[in-house]
Amino acid sequence: MIELKNIRKSFDGRTVIDGATATMKAGQCNLIIGASGSGKTVLMKCMVGLFEPDEGEILYGGQDFTAMNNKEKTEIRKEIGMLFQGSALFDSLTVEKNIMFPLNMFTEWSHQKKLERVNEVLARVNLKDTNKKFPAELSGGMKKRVGIARAIVLNPKYLFCDEPNSGLDPQTSLVIDKLIKEITIEYNITTVVNTHDMNSVMEIGDYILYMHKGKKEWEGSNKQIIFSKNQLLNEFIFASEFLRDAKEMRMLEETGKIPNNRNIDEMIGPENLPKG
Amino acid sequence: MKIFGEIGRFILMIKGMFSKPENWKMYWKELMHQCSEIGFGSLGIVAIISFFIGAVSTIQTAYQLVTPLIPLSTIAQIVRDTVILEFAPTLVCIVLAGVVGSKIASELGNMRVSEQIDALEIMGINTKAYLVMPKIVASLIMIPLLVILAMVLGIIGGRVAGSMAGILPGTTFDKGLLQDFVPYNVFFAMAKAYTFSFIISSIPAYFGYYVKGGALEIGQSSTRAVVVSCILLLFADYVLSALLL
Ligand SMILES: Nc1ncnc2c1ncn2[C@@H]1O[C@H](COP(=O)(O)OP(=O)(O)OP(=O)(O)O)[C@@H](O)[C@H]1O
Ligand SMILES: [Mg+2]
Repeated sequence: MIELKNIRKSFDGRTVIDGATATMKAGQCNLIIGASGSGKTVLMKCMVGLFEPDEGEILYGGQDFTAMNNKEKTEIRKEIGMLFQGSALFDSLTVEKNIMFPLNMFTEWSHQKKLERVNEVLARVNLKDTNKKFPAELSGGMKKRVGIARAIVLNPKYLFCDEPNSGLDPQTSLVIDKLIKEITIEYNITTVVNTHDMNSVMEIGDYILYMHKGKKEWEGSNKQIIFSKNQLLNEFIFASEFLRDAKEMRMLEETGKIPNNRNIDEMIGPENLPKG
Repeated sequence: MKIFGEIGRFILMIKGMFSKPENWKMYWKELMHQCSEIGFGSLGIVAIISFFIGAVSTIQTAYQLVTPLIPLSTIAQIVRDTVILEFAPTLVCIVLAGVVGSKIASELGNMRVSEQIDALEIMGINTKAYLVMPKIVASLIMIPLLVILAMVLGIIGGRVAGSMAGILPGTTFDKGLLQDFVPYNVFFAMAKAYTFSFIISSIPAYFGYYVKGGALEIGQSSTRAVVVSCILLLFADYVLSALLL
């Protein structure tokens, strides 16, 4: 479990994170959503200690991360896996060596055992037989999956994914979302995902933190989000006509009612209804 | 004011390099890798440059010494001393500042910009120790060796040019080489080589490690790294000469 208590962060006097508080539980996907530039990446980097927050506390399993010295922080970091927005694979190393790197650094395993573990996680992300390829030879989606494989190879307790499906086609995005969700449940990981992909929000958002201009604007689950009355959130998530309709369909499914007096015919358009 | 901030951050980077390695074997492997990159990677250019510098200095010295009162072997003596004192350490290191320096700066800059350094930090690795330290240590090992090689090849180049151009026969050159040899000069040259090695590895490492932005900034910072290390190198050359000679 990770708890954020009133995190603040500014760069050169410009406030980027203005008081973020949240509780992110283990075994579920915790999403941070918000428009581009709303501070998602900065918040995530504060959580893992790549940025020092100006104020506030970050608790990992009850221990205050911000107050730790370097050695204690290193111990926590060994339990953290992170997928970066740009994958951040080591481009001088092959896929196999990339994933093996944390094992080489932190275990005394035999080469055979390490190789087995690498193949196991590669299979987990559906990337068998790419062992000897270099990152430059992979597509964006494959890089993200290798990034995930490298992040989970040491069985982390905390998994951070910064926009795991930005720039990917909807199908690959879904595969990655599913993968993240499965891993989270399987190993009871505390997973934190930054995204502005509405599909992910609906699919895997067990807990959602909506950031607006550095402030926490809303929090809840993907079940609650469709009933939210928060105007900023609704404008952000249900920005398109299509998604607004989808939301209302979902509400209809769950409650049998549609809000704001629109009827189902109007939503679908009577001309599109099947004849007869 | 900004320059003091930069110097402070540079010192902190150097200080941050000293920590217990997470895994000795990986650090050793990285050091060996850097040694071969820096050492063998610049072997060819160092060999060519030093040979020709030696050759040219023989011919030019002969050209300037027109009076027949001075024995021919003096040419060898002058070539030996200029190659050892100045050409091998300073010139070779200026060339290496370009070759090795830009490589170090752009490699680290690329790792910074593409978040590979952050990825290593997240794993709990001290990147100053794992990425910067092996580059500096490898330079301190390999560049002085390259300088010694440059001394030898420079003198050989001078000897070859001397006999090929009919200036002085090889045997006379050899005799001149042993005349009034001052071992202290070699010590002085090595003191310069170690100082320069540190400059041309740590300054580019600093520029690369702290780069901000994208591909454009990587290019800019590696150019700046080379310029700054060349200036500091020449300045150090002056200070060392004033102090030690
Ligand atoms: N290192 C930094 N120095 C100064 N300002 C920064 C730094 N990193 C981020 N910022 C600023 O913080 C704000 C939030 O950036 P951040 O990268 O967190 O956005 P984001 O929500 O992740 O956006 P996106 O969805 O596009 O990735 C931006 O205005 C950015 O300019
Ligand atoms: Mg971001």
